[in-house]
Amino acid sequence: MALFLLGCLLFNYPLLSLFAGQGEIFGVPLLYAYVFTVWALLIGLMALVVERRSD
Amino acid sequence: MLTGATIVLASFAYVGLLFAIAYYGDKRADAGRSIIANPYIYALSLAVYCTSWTFYGSVGRAATSGIGFLPIYLGPTLMAALWWYVMLKIIRISKANRITSIADFIASRYGKSQILGGLVTIILVIGIVPYIALQLKAISTSFSIILKYPEVVMPDKAGAPLFLGDNTFYIAMLLAAFTILFGTRHLDATERHEGLVAAVAFESLVKLLAFIAVGLFVTFVMYNGFGDIFNRAAEVPQLNALLMLGGASGSYTTWASLTFLSMLAIMFLPRQFQVAVVENVDERHLNKAIWLFPLYLFAINIFVLPIALGGLMHFQGGGVDADTFVLTLPMAQQQPMLALFVFIGGLSAATGMVIVETIALSTMVCNDLVMPVLLRMKWLRLTERPDLSGLLLGIRRGAIVVILVLGYLYFYLAGEAYALVSIGLISFSAVAQFAPAIIGGIFWKGGTRTGAIWGLAAGFLVWLYTLLLPSFAKSGWLPITFLSQGIFGIDLLKPQQLFGLYGLDDTTHCLFWSMLANIGCYIGISLLQRPNAAEHSQATLFVDVLKQSSATAGSRFWRGSASIDDLLALLGRFLGPERARDAFAVYARSRGEKPNQAPAADADLVHYAESLLAGTIGSASARAMIASVVDEEPLGIDEVMNIIDEASQALAYSRQLEQKSRELEAATNELRGANQRLQELDRLKDDFISTVTHELRTPLTSIRAFSEILNDNPQLDTGQRAKFLGIIIKESERLTRLINQVLDLAKIESGNAEWHSSEIDMREVLEDSVTAVSQLFKDRNITLEIKAPPELPLIVADRDRLMQVMLNLLSNAAKFCERPDGRVNITLMRQDDTLRVDVTDNGIGISPSDQKIIFDKFRQVGDTLTQKPRGSGLGLAISREIISHFGGRLWVTSTLGEGSTFSFTLPIKASSKFEVSGLKLDQKFGT
Amino acid sequence: MKPKKILIAEDEPSIVLSLEFLLQNAGYEVTVTRDGNEALRMSEREKPDLIVLDIMLPLLDGFEVCRRIRENETLGHTKILMLTARGHESAIEKSLALGANAYMTKPFSTRELVKKINELLTTAAA
Repeated sequence: MALFLLGCLLFNYPLLSLFAGQGEIFGVPLLYAYVFTVWALLIGLMALVVERRSD
Repeated sequence: MLTGATIVLASFAYVGLLFAIAYYGDKRADAGRSIIANPYIYALSLAVYCTSWTFYGSVGRAATSGIGFLPIYLGPTLMAALWWYVMLKIIRISKANRITSIADFIASRYGKSQILGGLVTIILVIGIVPYIALQLKAISTSFSIILKYPEVVMPDKAGAPLFLGDNTFYIAMLLAAFTILFGTRHLDATERHEGLVAAVAFESLVKLLAFIAVGLFVTFVMYNGFGDIFNRAAEVPQLNALLMLGGASGSYTTWASLTFLSMLAIMFLPRQFQVAVVENVDERHLNKAIWLFPLYLFAINIFVLPIALGGLMHFQGGGVDADTFVLTLPMAQQQPMLALFVFIGGLSAATGMVIVETIALSTMVCNDLVMPVLLRMKWLRLTERPDLSGLLLGIRRGAIVVILVLGYLYFYLAGEAYALVSIGLISFSAVAQFAPAIIGGIFWKGGTRTGAIWGLAAGFLVWLYTLLLPSFAKSGWLPITFLSQGIFGIDLLKPQQLFGLYGLDDTTHCLFWSMLANIGCYIGISLLQRPNAAEHSQATLFVDVLKQSSATAGSRFWRGSASIDDLLALLGRFLGPERARDAFAVYARSRGEKPNQAPAADADLVHYAESLLAGTIGSASARAMIASVVDEEPLGIDEVMNIIDEASQALAYSRQLEQKSRELEAATNELRGANQRLQELDRLKDDFISTVTHELRTPLTSIRAFSEILNDNPQLDTGQRAKFLGIIIKESERLTRLINQVLDLAKIESGNAEWHSSEIDMREVLEDSVTAVSQLFKDRNITLEIKAPPELPLIVADRDRLMQVMLNLLSNAAKFCERPDGRVNITLMRQDDTLRVDVTDNGIGISPSDQKIIFDKFRQVGDTLTQKPRGSGLGLAISREIISHFGGRLWVTSTLGEGSTFSFTLPIKASSKFEVSGLKLDQKFGT
Repeated sequence: MKPKKILIAEDEPSIVLSLEFLLQNAGYEVTVTRDGNEALRMSEREKPDLIVLDIMLPLLDGFEVCRRIRENETLGHTKILMLTARGHESAIEKSLALGANAYMTKPFSTRELVKKINELLTTAAA
């Protein structure tokens, strides 16, 4: 539940707008990098929570 | 080289492989060794979410709106975080109720409503048709493109003849054939298709690998990695804009609404419901799927933008549809095998979706739309047919063909006007209409059937008006003025700027208005009414599913009995006799009974039969069918057909009946008890009369005897005459007293006694009573003392009545106290809110068994060896009535041989009982 | 001739008084008892020719006294007149079934009572 809310927050205005501008990290556009990083992070956290709970 | 024959051959080979996998999956399932019973297959099967929309369309979307394609995958990721709660609940509910489709789920939740099931089905068929058209478009387009290899030529849009002259039509029919072979080879009560799931999971793997292959090829072969592509794209101004949000990539509102839409779609698309809920083998698989499925989405999306940018840069100047980049880039680079692989991947994405979606839809069309109607048509005499399973399969196969033809027609009529993603969003918006009814249904018990029907209908109509009809208008099948001027030229009714709302994209606009109408109607109407019994029990079943043990879930609310033969025959009609027998045998085994030794058709078996049937013909119809054999009344199945659309009401009736019969039983018990009490009272009354008679006869006997003696013996001397006359007088007095007391008691008991209440000082009453009996006590040499504190509150009571009580208690005390040192003490004290009076003697005492009965009428207790105490035997009964009239209590404590204490309390505050009688009194004396 | 002996078993003092007067007046030798147990003892000791037996006796009721007297062979000649304050048929039937020779309902006619007693004792003598 908390992850859902965190995700909603990270993937929406206004946080998203911070990364919507110019700029890049390691040659990858900032927005693209941000979205995919957060996405990966979220999946990782979900896996962590779920796997720990099912133990 | 890549010839048409090669491509077709490869395609068929691939489909053949799928069949092999499906066949193997089914075989293993029949053998009880499921190959899909692991979380990885489950997660992969969920990826049926990714269709050709994802495979081809995402790149197209990315080419026009940058990362605007992503919300469609971020939504499901976010939703997955909630699956643990929401999806688990839906799975539990569905398993417990053998729910086989989303229509079934909604219908079942709202009192097994056939109307609702039908409505959901209609919405889904209309809503999903564009989505199926999308798949057809993708297959058809990719097929025409790859056929032209090595040239990259966009297929000719215009001029293709309808149906027979059109490749797409053949594709649609082939898909229908695949689907029929995959999904409707036999009927299964659970509607589970293990082989199909295995094939779908395999397809998910193929499309992922194909897409990643292209991604890797574009990123690392055509270009030098991510950085290279992005750097080059950044140099092109139009492409640079794609890398940012807000401008070309769409507003934040669109972003948010697409995220929301896809969150709902991942739950409520028929195919998602099918693979996630219906085909779920073990709810623990959900755990892994919660992160594996988002990981899949992540993986299939990571190369979307690079491919889009690569395509845009490679095919500069346009001419190549961005939706086809995935296929055309390898083709342009002379990579026939990769192109073929991509084509197969795209085929996977499309066929997987079409097959699962149409199976789910056809099940709904059959169970929730066609069967209820057919069963209602009496002249078909369907219910008399021994085996309906063939008919069921026929209906489903027909439905599959019809759905695909509809998809083809939509493709033909409207398909060209939209990009893949836009078509898909139309379907997503339709499916989103189920969210209020389902989410509300599993978390809120107050949602009613009418609320759900109106909510769905309202949302659906808004969707139809603001999204589907405009799609026809844009394709020229409706006048375009419909869009620009609104219906009847009313500006406010412009479908895409409803009530003047503009500034939103089409999808967001539709989502806003349809959700507003939907949720508004659902909640508003639900709040206005109370759920009926059927809705209420289903609501409880659904909302509280996590609290119930799954085994007992359904039968809790159902009690009934039926003959096993009837159940078997009924099941046989729909499942086929053999499968029905097998199912019963399995049931018997699970209960530890021998298969042939039929178990009693108890509630559990009835519920089991109903859930089996629900799997085949939907829960609402199943309820009606079962009710027809379970009902004890001679209600034929034919009659049941008449009320089949009121199946839920029938259920409600049966529950109401059950409730009524329980109430009746309770009332009967009460009556029986009342009767027993009456008989007891009657006996008591008889006793009373008999005792009164006895008590009256005794003095009367003396009076008569002595009168006669005096009459017959005139010679008696004066002394004797005086003695006999004295006896007559004494016995007459006794008779009078007795009669008065009987009347007194009768009046008090019937509530007709007069009470003359006033504020009284209890001490005064005690002193007066002592004065009244002082002679009696003096005669018997008994000491009598009062102990009372100086100041005590007044009480409100009838002074004479209290005197009556005191005199009774004192004369009793005197009676039992005839001994040399006899003494009686009266103690007055305050106890909490009451005044308490104790009359204590040191007489013979009362045995515990006698203590219980002395307050009964005519119970006299005395030293029977010497003499019965004089008295009517009514004194204590009357005293107790008086004291309790004033809200007090009269009781006795005693030790045999040591004396007794009679105590009573009277409340200091006037009791309400008194106030009532006081009022009566005022009225009596006031007039 | 020796006067016949009558035992009165009755617990109401004034009724006892009236019976005592009536029967003495009629020339019988009268003994009085007030409860069932004493009634039995007195019967065995006195061997009365007749017992006037009230049903509602303390300690042992009239029915029981009647039954036991009938079991006692030495009291074979003793007549029993039951007195009942309850006009129930059942009480009367029960009395007769237990071996009572006659019954009277309270309040009774003194003349009839004496007459009935006379009859009972005359038949016995004959």
